[in-house]
Amino acid sequence: MVLFRYPRPLPSEITPKEMYLSRRSLIGGAAAFGALTTAARAAALQTHPGPYSGGLTPTPHDDVTHYNNFYEFGMDKGDPAAHSQDFHPLPWTLEITGLVRKPVRLDIDQLLHSPAIEERIYRMRCVEAWSMVIPWDGIPLASLLKDADPDPRATYVAFESVLRPSEMPGQNEGLSGIQWPYVEGLRLDEAMNPLTLLALGIYGETLPNQNGAPIRLVVPWKYGFKGIKSIQRIRLLDHEPPTTWNRLASDEYGFYANVNPQVDHPRWSQATERVIGSHSLFGATRQPTLMFNGYGEQVADLYRGMDLRKNF
Amino acid sequence: MPTDGVRVISPMGAKLKKHWRVVFYPLGMTPAVWLVWQGQHGALGADPVNVFERSLGLWAFRFLLVCLALAPLRRFTGLNLLRYRRLTGLLAFFYATLHLLAYAGLDHGFDWAVLWTDVTHRYFIIFGMSALIMLIPLALTSNLFSMRLLKRRWKLLHSLIFPAAVLAGIHFFLSFKTLNSVSAPYLAALAIVLLSRFLPRLQAGSRI
Repeated sequence: MVLFRYPRPLPSEITPKEMYLSRRSLIGGAAAFGALTTAARAAALQTHPGPYSGGLTPTPHDDVTHYNNFYEFGMDKGDPAAHSQDFHPLPWTLEITGLVRKPVRLDIDQLLHSPAIEERIYRMRCVEAWSMVIPWDGIPLASLLKDADPDPRATYVAFESVLRPSEMPGQNEGLSGIQWPYVEGLRLDEAMNPLTLLALGIYGETLPNQNGAPIRLVVPWKYGFKGIKSIQRIRLLDHEPPTTWNRLASDEYGFYANVNPQVDHPRWSQATERVIGSHSLFGATRQPTLMFNGYGEQVADLYRGMDLRKNF
Repeated sequence: MPTDGVRVISPMGAKLKKHWRVVFYPLGMTPAVWLVWQGQHGALGADPVNVFERSLGLWAFRFLLVCLALAPLRRFTGLNLLRYRRLTGLLAFFYATLHLLAYAGLDHGFDWAVLWTDVTHRYFIIFGMSALIMLIPLALTSNLFSMRLLKRRWKLLHSLIFPAAVLAGIHFFLSFKTLNSVSAPYLAALAIVLLSRFLPRLQAGSRI
């Protein structure tokens, strides 16, 4: 319980944990190596437990921060942690524009300070048939969209990530055929669903660069690639926006990308998933994939009457 | 001693050359041993099965490329390492077999329903599996006895390595979401070793 308020420094003014630790360890001497391996420049967030988190055990912090798909920093799972240290997530502005009555420009410091930040422990199912459980800290997207007052004509939401080839080595790689910046989209009712989160942190601390700092989308009933990272612009539209992976291979990655064990990827089955975190070659586990990643109760109604094989 | 470039190996030298196999086979298998050791000590990262499976496949492809490169190497540089085609070819087969076992056993727990669907429905798997199946008769006939028995047909049979390499290359390309700086050099190498066979010799008619 908060009994009194006191002036808090802006999150961007707080000494990054890494620096703080390395200062202390330089003084201490012996622990220097340990501090240098603390790659994430994380600052603590004021957060409180939110709904929909029941019964899940989070994947270890180091796996969540060192096993990432973030092609802007390279294609290997370890590349984002290894090659994102030059990326500057602060300062940052998030725009909400398009078919809204009150376009919004949000300073990331405002958001990082928001009392609306809550913890949501969600399953994360990658389209590559592996899964994690991640304790996100974020703000429901619906509350920010409501502030912008959507126009009745708006039916879709388009998200745009950042284009910074100087800080994102993967954006200089021409072979992949990916058009940067990364773009994603949701139907407006999907965006307004209470599960849909704009995450500012994991494990109670600000997002590490490799996890999509400073702000990213989390849509737990969809495959992970829908969760666009480092978002700069959100636009409300009256038509379906293009999305990065769909543009690249429309037979493999649909606009909806709902987790569905019955609709396989052309190259592999989606019926089961490898559970990340065992670190054991001969004792690794595979578990059945759940329809809508286990969030059917919250989202199945959004797709009533739709052919999910066609709209995969 | 002849001076026309033909190397005559003394019986003593031949014996020594033969004994190199004792070194090269275990050497070729060390990446597999190293991967298993890493796997048992939690050093393959957060998704060890996937890394193990992919690494074995990559080693199979590497040895296949080296095997295919030896003929053009002699043709264009004169360096004759043709005797290592059996070694590298068998190592490629060894790694491809481990790759298949890792995929079927470690990754899918020998779930035959899943594997059957994969093998019959997914081009990605069909390409890889066909390449491995083509390597089986080559591995089985990679001995002097088979060479003598099959005579000219041996060479014809062993030209199966070319379609196998093309299928393995497509399978390798499809194992990534997009073309990238890891896969592109390997695919370029495959194209070079295959296409170099159609290029004219540097010195027409001369066999080194």
